[in-house]
Amino acid sequence: MTTNLIDLQNSDVVMVTSNMAENHPVGFQWVMKAKERGAKIIHVDPRFTRTSAVADLHVPLRSGTNVAFFGGLISYAIQHNLYFKDYITHYTNAAYLIDPAFKTPTDLGGLFTGLEQTGKGGNDPHVAQRYDRGTWKYQLDAEGNPKRDLTLKEPHSVFQLLKRHYSRYTPEMMERVCGIPRAKFEEMAKLFCGTSGPDKTGTVTYALNLTQHTNGVQNIRAMCMLQLLLGNIGRPGGGVAALRGHANVQGATDLMVLYHNLPGYMVWPLRDAHPDLATYLEKETPKGGYWVNKPKFLVSLLKAWFPDATKQNDFGYDWLPKRASTDAYSHQHIFVDMYKGVIKGFLADGQNPAVGGPNAKLARAAMGKLDWLIVKDIFVTETAEFWKAPGATAKDIKTEVFFLPAAPAAEKDGSLTNTMRLIQWHEKAVNPPGDVTSDAEFFVSLARRLQKLYTGSKKQRDQGFLATRWDYGDNPKEPNMELVLKEMNGYAVEEIKDKDGKVQYKKGQALSTFGHLRDDGTTASGCWIYTGVTVEGPDGKLVNKANLRKPADDKDYLAHGWGFAWPANRRILYNRASADLNGKPWSERKKLIWWDPAAPGNAPDTKGKWVGLDVPDFNPFLAPDAKNGDKPFIMRGDLVGAFFGPLNDGPFPEHYEPIESPTKNLLSKQEHNPVVKVWSVPDQKNELAPAGSADYPYVVTTYRLTEHHLSGVMSRYLPMLAELFHSHFAEISNELAAELGIKNGERVTVVTPRGKVHVTAMVTSRLKPFMIDGKKTHQIGIPWHWGYNGISKGDITNDLSATVGDPTVYIQETKAFLCNVKKGEV
Amino acid sequence: MSLSRRDFLKYAGTTGAGVAVGTASLDLKPVQAAATDLKIKEAKVHSGVCPYCAVGCIQLVYSKGDKIIDIEGHPDTPHTLGRLCPKGAATIQLSNNPLRPTKAMYRAPGSDKWEEKPLDWMYDQIAKRYYDAREKYFIEKEKGKDGKEVTVNRLEAIASLGSACIDNEECYLLTKLNRTLGIVYHEHQARI
Repeated sequence: MTTNLIDLQNSDVVMVTSNMAENHPVGFQWVMKAKERGAKIIHVDPRFTRTSAVADLHVPLRSGTNVAFFGGLISYAIQHNLYFKDYITHYTNAAYLIDPAFKTPTDLGGLFTGLEQTGKGGNDPHVAQRYDRGTWKYQLDAEGNPKRDLTLKEPHSVFQLLKRHYSRYTPEMMERVCGIPRAKFEEMAKLFCGTSGPDKTGTVTYALNLTQHTNGVQNIRAMCMLQLLLGNIGRPGGGVAALRGHANVQGATDLMVLYHNLPGYMVWPLRDAHPDLATYLEKETPKGGYWVNKPKFLVSLLKAWFPDATKQNDFGYDWLPKRASTDAYSHQHIFVDMYKGVIKGFLADGQNPAVGGPNAKLARAAMGKLDWLIVKDIFVTETAEFWKAPGATAKDIKTEVFFLPAAPAAEKDGSLTNTMRLIQWHEKAVNPPGDVTSDAEFFVSLARRLQKLYTGSKKQRDQGFLATRWDYGDNPKEPNMELVLKEMNGYAVEEIKDKDGKVQYKKGQALSTFGHLRDDGTTASGCWIYTGVTVEGPDGKLVNKANLRKPADDKDYLAHGWGFAWPANRRILYNRASADLNGKPWSERKKLIWWDPAAPGNAPDTKGKWVGLDVPDFNPFLAPDAKNGDKPFIMRGDLVGAFFGPLNDGPFPEHYEPIESPTKNLLSKQEHNPVVKVWSVPDQKNELAPAGSADYPYVVTTYRLTEHHLSGVMSRYLPMLAELFHSHFAEISNELAAELGIKNGERVTVVTPRGKVHVTAMVTSRLKPFMIDGKKTHQIGIPWHWGYNGISKGDITNDLSATVGDPTVYIQETKAFLCNVKKGEV
Repeated sequence: MSLSRRDFLKYAGTTGAGVAVGTASLDLKPVQAAATDLKIKEAKVHSGVCPYCAVGCIQLVYSKGDKIIDIEGHPDTPHTLGRLCPKGAATIQLSNNPLRPTKAMYRAPGSDKWEEKPLDWMYDQIAKRYYDAREKYFIEKEKGKDGKEVTVNRLEAIASLGSACIDNEECYLLTKLNRTLGIVYHEHQARI
């Protein structure tokens, strides 16, 4: 989230695109607060939910048409002159000129310049096409700087390309593609685009409604581009609000429990691109923006993992595994490769793929091919007992399974990072019962046992693991989590002096800011963006800022004394954009930070500083009229927000139909994302329905309920929650139910080419058929919380979904696919 | 002495500026007299974070001995104002729950049942599985695109999934463990 839940109250219009009232109810109070203060609420959702009930405008759209929707809004803002011209001219790449050879799908029948056939085979047998990005670049002047046209009129300027690209996305097309009646779309567009300009701001909130698509990343980009166009990023009441679904999905991402990056968002080394540290740093360190400091972040990370490594051995860089390809190792790759026998052993720690991942039937079948499986969880999950699944024959499943009971948060110390990047500490209230332990205890115990097994090994490949630090306090049974936090935060490896020769840090002292990290091996930091979460006085006393509990007050509505928000306790990112070119707030009503020319500067004889209601997400002493003092997007090499931003499937989002769609693409002749990832899995484990399939005519979307949590491990096993919502169901419109002769409360079968589920029909007016290009198109909704264990049991919704992925991040498409619905249990 | 509920919390030192840092629990004895009618009488209160969605509602976790007796929202939390949803309000049943396993269990190949095992035995067996898989399947070097042999130090035979449900410190340790062993199939729920 670029913004902060508390700040939603400052919005003039909140566009909620998920079911926030039911899925993030406590956060939703800030939307209601905004409404109390006069804001309008728009809810964009195929279903009418409790969020819709309190919205001023409910806009149903067919699942899978989000890029079309945001593209329609972008086009509307441009056509009606509702964009924030000063903002986009200076704070984004709208004025930058693009290679004249580049063309958008408007001119190339749905494709961008550069699509090439790769042929099937090699590392990536399933993607027959990819983009050559040769023309997806800025025009440069003689000094190598991007050329600009501040009038935004040059035909090759990003702005004109954007305008031409989205010229097809008319209100009429919104009706035909998304199923939103034209008048309703225009009413909504006028309202939301009205948040453009100095005096107003609007926020968009989203969740997996936008991400779980084969163009998931482009959905997010399209939303962000709309917010840039309206000048809503970095300003109070603006931004994009990612509503994450797990208590620590943000933190687990920051600490990079993901295949593609190192902690703190640095790309995981690739075999061919990054053979050694020097090559890595050369290729991955940009010439501009804050990432010029990447060598400091990476070397400090290596020092945190391998304390004794030195410059002579590249700080242990060689020990890191090197990826064979960018198209490998993701969640969906795991289960395909496990099914094919590549993976022999599997640790499922606090995750339940037998229920919670796409094509769950494939996941369960794949686990049957393992030699061994370890599950650590609070309850005995469906994953732990995949050999007891309906239809499974235990004696034929040769996988050894180890189950380790895990402790919930209340039984251990540690921190969690919430959806607004706020790191908050929780304390151990009681000892866990019996043999239950924390996950940390298991990881440290396993690491120490393994280090013992490798002790004395002379093999080169074991040296990295042997060099890793695993001592966290005196009690091996209970590793000290504040020491782990300190390692993540960073500390001085040796005494560090400032430029005047004064001791800045004693050896071992925690660092107070990532600005102090170095690339010479004298600092260690396991995750640079977390630096500052814990500080240490010269007396060695640690102050854990994640445990600070100073409430908000009139002077500090963003509550900077409550927990610690990365980076550097900044609560609203890109907040330099809240001020105009000269450093003054765009308006009094929307002030956040501003340049105070009279404030003491960073040296005795200088004046001027960014001050205000938040920690500046900017060099606090860089004057607005200094070089780059007017460029707020400091994490980008060119320091500006990107309308033009190359991803694997294009530099602008383009609408393509979901892999399984009820219609042909009406915006171009290109039906699907041309570089989409579709895995071919043996034994018909990933069959797909063709566009407009007569066998699978209905759109299905999956969703969550207030009373249940994700795959259900933390809710279906709790008597209180199981009782509140005890059975699985599908929401079916009155119209579809009438066509199929289904009555409310009857059992029905929902079926796809991958599998089927038996559920209870909830016949409702909350869903209505869409008119897509004049044809009545039905959509159903189905929650995905149930499985065969726990108190409340039900069929597994993810048995219906497919193994297909977005070409940039490989997320699956569980928000829009095709199904059939049949009366009775068949 | 008459105290409102809010005063009671303040007096107990759980709210307000400059609250104690670290893991020390707070003693409620000074307000016992005012709390005779509360089930949290004589309880210790700890700072908790709701483990469900990512709004991050701060909780007050009350314990007596090794039992959690109550969990409620922390009224001063700036982004939640003390509220909890139905899931957050049920957090106590993650701890106090008859379905909760408290022993490590092993399921042998082809078996249809679990066997309880000592934790030490489990850890030894698991370490051996990791060790053996690494010995057998580790890829130290392979040919790159240009045909030259390069060091890759990769272990593709073990995959790891999870978790967005564990703490930052645990995520960090898991990443460090997996990566320094050479594991590349390293994912959690954020991907999906």
